Amino acid sequence: MDSSNLQQPGIFAGLVAIIRRDLLLAWKRPGDVLNPLFFFAMVCTLFPLAVGPSAEQLTFSGPGVLWVAALLSTLLSLNSLFMSDYEDGSLDQMLVSPQPLPVLALGKTIAHWIISGLPLVLISPLLAMTYRMPTAVMGILMLTLLLGTIALSLLGSIGAALTVGLHRGTALLSLLILPLAMPILLLGANTVSLAAGNDVYGTGIWALGAYAIASISLAPYATAAALRISNE
Amino acid sequence: MWKFFHKLASPPHFYRVAATLIPWFGIPGLILIAYGAYAGLFLVSVDYQQGDAFRIIYVHVPSAYLSMMAYMMMAVSGGIGLIWRLKLAHAVGAAAAPLGAAFTFLALVTGSLWGRPMWGTWWEWGDPRLTSELILLFLYFGYMALRSSIDDTAKADKASAVLALVGVVNVVIVHFSVEWWSSLHQGQTVFKKGTMDADMRIPLFAMLIGFTFIFGAMVLRRLRTEVLFRERRTRWVRELVLSPEGGK
Repeated sequence: MDSSNLQQPGIFAGLVAIIRRDLLLAWKRPGDVLNPLFFFAMVCTLFPLAVGPSAEQLTFSGPGVLWVAALLSTLLSLNSLFMSDYEDGSLDQMLVSPQPLPVLALGKTIAHWIISGLPLVLISPLLAMTYRMPTAVMGILMLTLLLGTIALSLLGSIGAALTVGLHRGTALLSLLILPLAMPILLLGANTVSLAAGNDVYGTGIWALGAYAIASISLAPYATAAALRISNE
Repeated sequence: MWKFFHKLASPPHFYRVAATLIPWFGIPGLILIAYGAYAGLFLVSVDYQQGDAFRIIYVHVPSAYLSMMAYMMMAVSGGIGLIWRLKLAHAVGAAAAPLGAAFTFLALVTGSLWGRPMWGTWWEWGDPRLTSELILLFLYFGYMALRSSIDDTAKADKASAVLALVGVVNVVIVHFSVEWWSSLHQGQTVFKKGTMDADMRIPLFAMLIGFTFIFGAMVLRRLRTEVLFRERRTRWVRELVLSPEGGK
């Protein structure tokens, strides 16, 4: 059979296919989705236990704690981004497939965000409530987390691709990604703090949005390059 | 011109050229640092605001500058290595990383020592430069950790080059976001730099250039060992080691 006659699916079809596949895989193993979420909730519980239940303190530290917890929980879930594909050989198939690798990497990252980032954004108001955050600020918290987790997933995908197949994966991944993720944390948490203090908070949101857009357009290329290097 | 560069990329040739270059970097570097240190510590008059404490600038500023230059060097050589597949370029990154981390550490320590008399505290989160320097140190740690956890040298080279390139984009973002952040939290302390007097400035320039030369000499020295290690299975290294001079 002549391969040139074969109907090649378009780039968008490939993107959708890989997102559907990863979502389906996550659906079959709900633990992968729920564990980072529980982790997020637990870290948020740790802080009041450690610093005391005074309302004043909780209101003050709330945005920062929620953001740090979100960052750590994203980091936790990133480790498995390419792991199972690496182990069962699907990753090799992606590398040799006619679809452009950056698109596939983007698809996998989008799926990862839907699985780990989006639920985190959705339950954040619940946790913010326990930190006595005013309802008006919760919208800002969700917006910053929405933009921030997108950027974190994409940034993290580079790190996950660089460390896939290495034995010391998890600790190394944190070491690689945390310094890169610091601006996101700093912008996100401080924007929420500003909003809570009735201050002007626009700058942080625009900057986070710019970061998210820049990482959507640039990170998949770095991730693809890293995947090729890791699988030589 | 091009022929010279092509020849330089060959490890045995580079190994010899580097040996002759080291004193050309090292000796002027030592002289400039000796002059800068003497002038900075004894000749320059006491600052009317900061007293003698400002003299640490003669170590602090060159280290901070080198900490960034070394990172740029890592990123640029990583890019060259990825694009033109030059193994020597990757070796430059490997040689520069620990030096860059050391200068970053030195910049942090001297900055903190300087902060004690000026700000009354060893560490001031409100100062954007200290914070971004600390993040830079973590970036170096990440780079070196990635390098050391991949056994295959070629793979480690490329992976760490990608990381350095991603990091260099981020350094800019870190800089601006930290600046924005500290402008929110700014209370009392930022220390504004006025214009500097010429007799204060000349020793500083001497130190800057001297540090750069010494850095060049150290990179070359580390590169020689790096090249030797990477080429340890080749014939020229064996011949070199077995020769009467024993690897000189």
